Amino acid sequence: MNLAATFLARIGAPVLAFLAAIGRVAIYAAEAISHIARPPFYFKEFVQSVISIGYFSLPVVGLTAIFTGGALALQIYAGGSRFSAEAVVPQIVAIGMVRELGPVLVGLMIAARVTSSIAAEIATMKVTEQIDALVTLSTHPMKYLTVPRVLAALIVVPLLVGLGDIIGVMGGFLVGTKQLGFNPTTYMKNTIDFLEAPDVWSSLAKGAVFGFIAALMGCYYGMQAGRGAQGVGRATKSSVEAAAVLILAANFVLTSLFFST
Amino acid sequence: MIELRDLHKSFGDKKVLQGVNLTIPKGESMVVIGGSGTGKSVLIKCILGLVPPSSGVILLDGEDVAKAERDAFLARFGMLFQGGALFDSLSVWQNVSFRLLRGSLKRPKAEAREIAIDKLRRVGLSPEVADLYPAELSGGMQKRVGLARAIAAEPEIIFFDEPTTGLDPIMAGVINELIREIVTEMGATAMTITHDMTSVRAIADKVAMLHDGMIQWTGPVGEMDNSGDPYLDQFIHGRAEGPIESVR
Repeated sequence: MNLAATFLARIGAPVLAFLAAIGRVAIYAAEAISHIARPPFYFKEFVQSVISIGYFSLPVVGLTAIFTGGALALQIYAGGSRFSAEAVVPQIVAIGMVRELGPVLVGLMIAARVTSSIAAEIATMKVTEQIDALVTLSTHPMKYLTVPRVLAALIVVPLLVGLGDIIGVMGGFLVGTKQLGFNPTTYMKNTIDFLEAPDVWSSLAKGAVFGFIAALMGCYYGMQAGRGAQGVGRATKSSVEAAAVLILAANFVLTSLFFST
Repeated sequence: MIELRDLHKSFGDKKVLQGVNLTIPKGESMVVIGGSGTGKSVLIKCILGLVPPSSGVILLDGEDVAKAERDAFLARFGMLFQGGALFDSLSVWQNVSFRLLRGSLKRPKAEAREIAIDKLRRVGLSPEVADLYPAELSGGMQKRVGLARAIAAEPEIIFFDEPTTGLDPIMAGVINELIREIVTEMGATAMTITHDMTSVRAIADKVAMLHDGMIQWTGPVGEMDNSGDPYLDQFIHGRAEGPIESVR
């Protein structure tokens, strides 16, 4: 009996801890959303976040997208040639980049670059009492730190995803036309004709959700940081892990919602 | 006037404050002393609402702070944090006038900067420091900037958390003198927590000793040396032997 109880307790404890963590993140997310709608709004911090999340992520997003688009074109060409379907490269690159790879890879890059930086910055502020200082200076940390970052990511990441989609398609275009012998005009025509509006909208919607997740996880784990350098390191690691997993899970849910018939 | 009545605070099983009763009269400088880990910082954080007390009442001018309007309550306080807690991303003058650049005390930018430079001058820093960032300052300068930020909005009550920790003796003396002068000229109520006895003698009107989560002794600083309290005696003379157990 005791053994069984111990065994069940060993399983139950982490499950309860996991559910409690989900609950805390959900409450934090709800609180962040409610603060977006209520003044004061720190516009300067919002603009700084737009620049740091959007503008400074452009190189990594561009490079990720162009190499992925190029590799995708090569793979589809190689795979398609097995049943004489090489001609579908433009269409599959377009749909693959716009529907899936664009938003997911940009989301993961944002998790790596932005979530980690937000978590490390806020965690450092926490361990050096800067968060307490904010409170004593009559400034709500949720409004001053979380809202500008989450709102900026919500707006900017879809734009990055849109740009990543275009650059990814262009990566496929470059490989297709320079290496695989496709006619440039036909390649572009096939790409544009094949894509439909829902492909693009779903891509941007995924970007908004992924941006929200990435910034929220950075802020949440930063605020939860323990003491010292170890606390900052742990918060940063946990934030990236959580953001990456949640982005992939959300991608599955959104793809099911948008495209399951 | 700040009154603490039967204040308790626990973190899980660990009881940090176990019934603190303390009165800080208006315009007086109270210094709370006690060993490391006795809950001095927790006490200050409870008063400011940064940490919710487990039980007990905190009264500010007779009003329960738990029921007070938060912004109006905090606007009466200034605080100097142990490590300065300056915002890395903001320049020195923006740190000092943080409260004056946003919220209910918001002023035009030029005026806020002027006030910041004036406060920096008050703590012995030149206007050239205003445009530097905290990372470019020494520990002593960071403390001074923190002090300037604490007094920027002319608060009625100022808290000092270990104001001389990490400073050389001369700089510690300078900070102690500054605190004494500023508190006197502003007529502010001050509460300082420290275990630096030089600070205590320089800053305090009254002293309270926190031990085992309770106020062990309280009285005017002049009576501290002849209190007859064995705990206080051991602490102020830094003796390893006595009623306070020391971990070796």
